[in-house]
Amino acid sequence: MDYVNEFPILKTGLIYFDNGATTLKPKRVLDKMNDYYLNYPSNAHRGDYTLSLKASKELEDSRTCVKDFINAKSNKEIVFTSGSTESMNMAIYGYFYHNLNKYDEVLITKAEHASNIVPWFDLENKLGIKVKYIPLNDDYTFSIDNLKESITNNTKVVSIAEITNVIGDTRDIKEITRLCHEKGIKVLVDAAQSAGHIKIDVQDTDVDFLAISAHKMLGPTGVGVLYGKEELLNEIDYKKGGGTTISFDSPKEIEYKELPYKLEAGTQNIAGIIGFREAINYVNEIGLDYIEKYTHDLKKYLVEKLSKLDNIILYNENVSGSTVAFNVKDVFAQDTAIYLDKFNICVRSGDHCDKKLGDELKIKNTVRVSLYFYNTKEECDKLVVALNNDKILEESLGV
Amino acid sequence: MDNEIKRELILEHFNNPVNKGLVDDPSYIKESKSNASCIDHFTIELKLEDDIVKDIRFDGEACAIATSSLSIAISKLIGKTKEEAINIIDNYNKMIAHEEYDKDLLEELNIYEDISKQPARVNCALLGINGIKDILKK
Repeated sequence: MDYVNEFPILKTGLIYFDNGATTLKPKRVLDKMNDYYLNYPSNAHRGDYTLSLKASKELEDSRTCVKDFINAKSNKEIVFTSGSTESMNMAIYGYFYHNLNKYDEVLITKAEHASNIVPWFDLENKLGIKVKYIPLNDDYTFSIDNLKESITNNTKVVSIAEITNVIGDTRDIKEITRLCHEKGIKVLVDAAQSAGHIKIDVQDTDVDFLAISAHKMLGPTGVGVLYGKEELLNEIDYKKGGGTTISFDSPKEIEYKELPYKLEAGTQNIAGIIGFREAINYVNEIGLDYIEKYTHDLKKYLVEKLSKLDNIILYNENVSGSTVAFNVKDVFAQDTAIYLDKFNICVRSGDHCDKKLGDELKIKNTVRVSLYFYNTKEECDKLVVALNNDKILEESLGV
Repeated sequence: MDNEIKRELILEHFNNPVNKGLVDDPSYIKESKSNASCIDHFTIELKLEDDIVKDIRFDGEACAIATSSLSIAISKLIGKTKEEAINIIDNYNKMIAHEEYDKDLLEELNIYEDISKQPARVNCALLGINGIKDILKK
């Protein structure tokens, strides 16, 4: 399929392989946001005039759209945030901070994003909880057996990404949640890399909290979602004092609004939230089953080509997913990325906000290609041609 | 200097940087520097005696431009007075920013004069050397 009408930047010959950081934005999402700014640029939930009612309706329709997208029970369970980092922080500081005690254990892995590590470390410092790692398999993927062995009587939370941002394996959230709930353990899922890539069904998997970023699935930056079961969200103490209240006569007489509004103080990113709905519509039209299969097949294709090059070290070649982590022998990852930029190929180099994975890979930094449905075999071929060169380091220097 | 020689010099200092490895000696002043936008990270140690730069050491992981520029700067700045060293670093910054500078003073460091043609490299070329300046200014 040809996507250049929705992504005009592709006409320039740009090869965009950094979708794990953020995806391209389709024109229809931007048109939808412009439509708000140009034609009904009023605040939501504030006015009694037609324009404001329209803004409120569009915003609430977006909430319904997100609810349906992840199959939540009700709109009350959908809280808009600035992104998955804020969503993770809201769940961790708003709920778990108040519900964990000294010696309670949180299980994560070394393949998590920083936003699923740093807040937990902070809670370890503040509350005396213990952050423990579920060991990864030899290929750095997640294992249910290792989870079973890691759970102790003190385990209270399992907090993991559904798809990790470097290795890219998909974790079986339904099975993880089933195991955890048998033992009264709560499950927080970072879905930043999985939303828009695979189907999410929070009722089927029964997760307790789930975090999403719009911009990693065709939406604008600055918009995210925290899903939580209603009874858990109701317990969250992460209020930003402001227009979330019904009345506030005195410090003892503050009455907060109902969910989800009590967690959404201040004017929301209305245009962004409306744009996110259009992104979800687009993803749904293309189809999540198609996206998953297409990107996984494309990864296989790229891995097969790259494995034929003598100068490439692959780190996750056998993992089914849409990311390829690699290095060029004797070349620092950033030098490879700068070299590829000369060919108009965008890749990410570094630790990818996953500073603990380096312990496992025995190397801190990698080059990452993260694919989405608009990437093609032809683009992969161009990458392989560029990498089939024993002078990459020299040619990266710019002198 | 032709480009072939420039590249050779950069790669030589990248692959075999001078004074890599920290000494952890209390007579050294220590400073950590990272680029926010990329993955370069250095820890630098500097020993100053009677206002003379007696030794500079570093450790860390960084790209070819960051590592080589720090390595060349270290070999050039050891033995200089604090004032001379700061003057060299200031001129180096001017060169990177395409301002007027004293070319003769910089010697091998002139190889980075066109680095801003690759905007992603500018911070790399400044990270280590400005880390040294931060210590000298303490």
